[in-house]
Amino acid sequence: MQLRVNPISCVGHGLCAELLPEWIELDDWGYPILNGTDLPPDLLQHARRAANSCPTLALLLDSEGG
Amino acid sequence: MTTASLPRLLLGLDDHPISQLDEHLDVHGPLPSLRKRDRQQLIALIEDAGLRGHGGASFPAARKMRAVTSRRGPSIVVANGCEGEPASMKDGTLLREVPHLVLDGAAVAARAVGARAAIVALPDHDDRTAHALQAAVRDRQRAGIRDDPSFEVARLEPHYLAGQESALVSALGGGPGKPSFTPPRPFERGVRGRPTLVQNVETLAHVALIARHGADWFRQLGTPSDPGSTLVTVSGAVASPGVFEIEHGMWLSELLDSVGLDDRLAAVLVGGYFGTWLTASEVPRVRLASESLSAYGATLGAGVVVALGAGACPVAESTRIAEFFAAQSAGQCGPCVNGLHAVAQTVQQLAAGTADRTARSDLDRWTSQLPRRGACQHPDGAVRFIRSSLRAFEAEFRDHARRGPCERCSSPPVLPTPARRRR
Repeated sequence: MQLRVNPISCVGHGLCAELLPEWIELDDWGYPILNGTDLPPDLLQHARRAANSCPTLALLLDSEGG
Repeated sequence: MTTASLPRLLLGLDDHPISQLDEHLDVHGPLPSLRKRDRQQLIALIEDAGLRGHGGASFPAARKMRAVTSRRGPSIVVANGCEGEPASMKDGTLLREVPHLVLDGAAVAARAVGARAAIVALPDHDDRTAHALQAAVRDRQRAGIRDDPSFEVARLEPHYLAGQESALVSALGGGPGKPSFTPPRPFERGVRGRPTLVQNVETLAHVALIARHGADWFRQLGTPSDPGSTLVTVSGAVASPGVFEIEHGMWLSELLDSVGLDDRLAAVLVGGYFGTWLTASEVPRVRLASESLSAYGATLGAGVVVALGAGACPVAESTRIAEFFAAQSAGQCGPCVNGLHAVAQTVQQLAAGTADRTARSDLDRWTSQLPRRGACQHPDGAVRFIRSSLRAFEAEFRDHARRGPCERCSSPPVLPTPARRRR
């Protein structure tokens, strides 16, 4: 499983980086930079929560990289 | 089998375009009947030829076709003649000079992917090309070519990203003509919701010749990775700028010799504005094929070759293009909008000698963080150019950062930057 951002929907709330700092950092303008590799199993639950919490539903959990 | 010689695409052109169907058939011969050709066989032929896309991304043409045929339902072909690269003229030239070759290629591609319709997309300011193409389409309708799909000519608002596949699909559907978040990709759901094959017009012209002469003929020119010939648009500090057909693998210095330099060479931009600068000392070692260019992080892209003479200021040129990139962002994605604006501003401050001490480390950070974070590859291409400029002209940038603008900064621009129209 991988995380992906829809960059058109994302407006940089930054909630995802708060919920999943192990995997997501923010750039100078508050937009997320994701670790693009497969999520380790122990982070899956947190990743799902981060995706569900995104105010614009821009964070996507994919079974493949897309 | 015909012998390996140039020109191929531009064969028979001397003083006037080959606009009449009769004349086109005299030069190239008839297209073999497509009805009896198996679709997968046609795609295999393109694959054996090793044809890559000539729009910029160099994606294998057959793989794109196969992706479309893997989908259900009627598909559609888009011949992409949008040519957003300001320094490229080859697509417009091809459409004006040999429209039937492009239409033949679109017909072959339509047969290969099972499409009944093909749309030729071109910029709306280009009346001359549109009229040439419409006349060619009428000519074919009158002649009643049985294998032709129904052709449409679509004129779209020009901008740097107009030819980006998802932006093109959006514009053809009456949308804003901006890149979209994928999937679905155009081959899954494109124009009118159908699986859509988007192929550059030069790629299609090569398809027309491969269908006539075969894959082995195509490979008689070029290199193993880049078989065949390619169109290049040469401009800048040269005596005879223009569009030329060359063999893949030609020495870059040989091409420059053939058009004649009219200034001492400082560097050459290869590919397009998403391309790479090669310094004067690198130029003699470079062949125009991916095998050689990749060692310099370069690709032939859309075939743009701009010679920068010693009389031009590379820092001023790079600064203008950095500003162009920021202005041409579709404005949809935060990293692109903010990142390219910040990059342009900082490059401009370096050029003016007003940048603060963190400028270089800021640029390094932004340019490494931007790729793969937009809906399209605009930020990726833009930072590639910026990084290439900072590398190739390191001494000049350092000099400007310390002393401000140089005498050459006010020289006439070499790299064209068309004004953006209101969207």
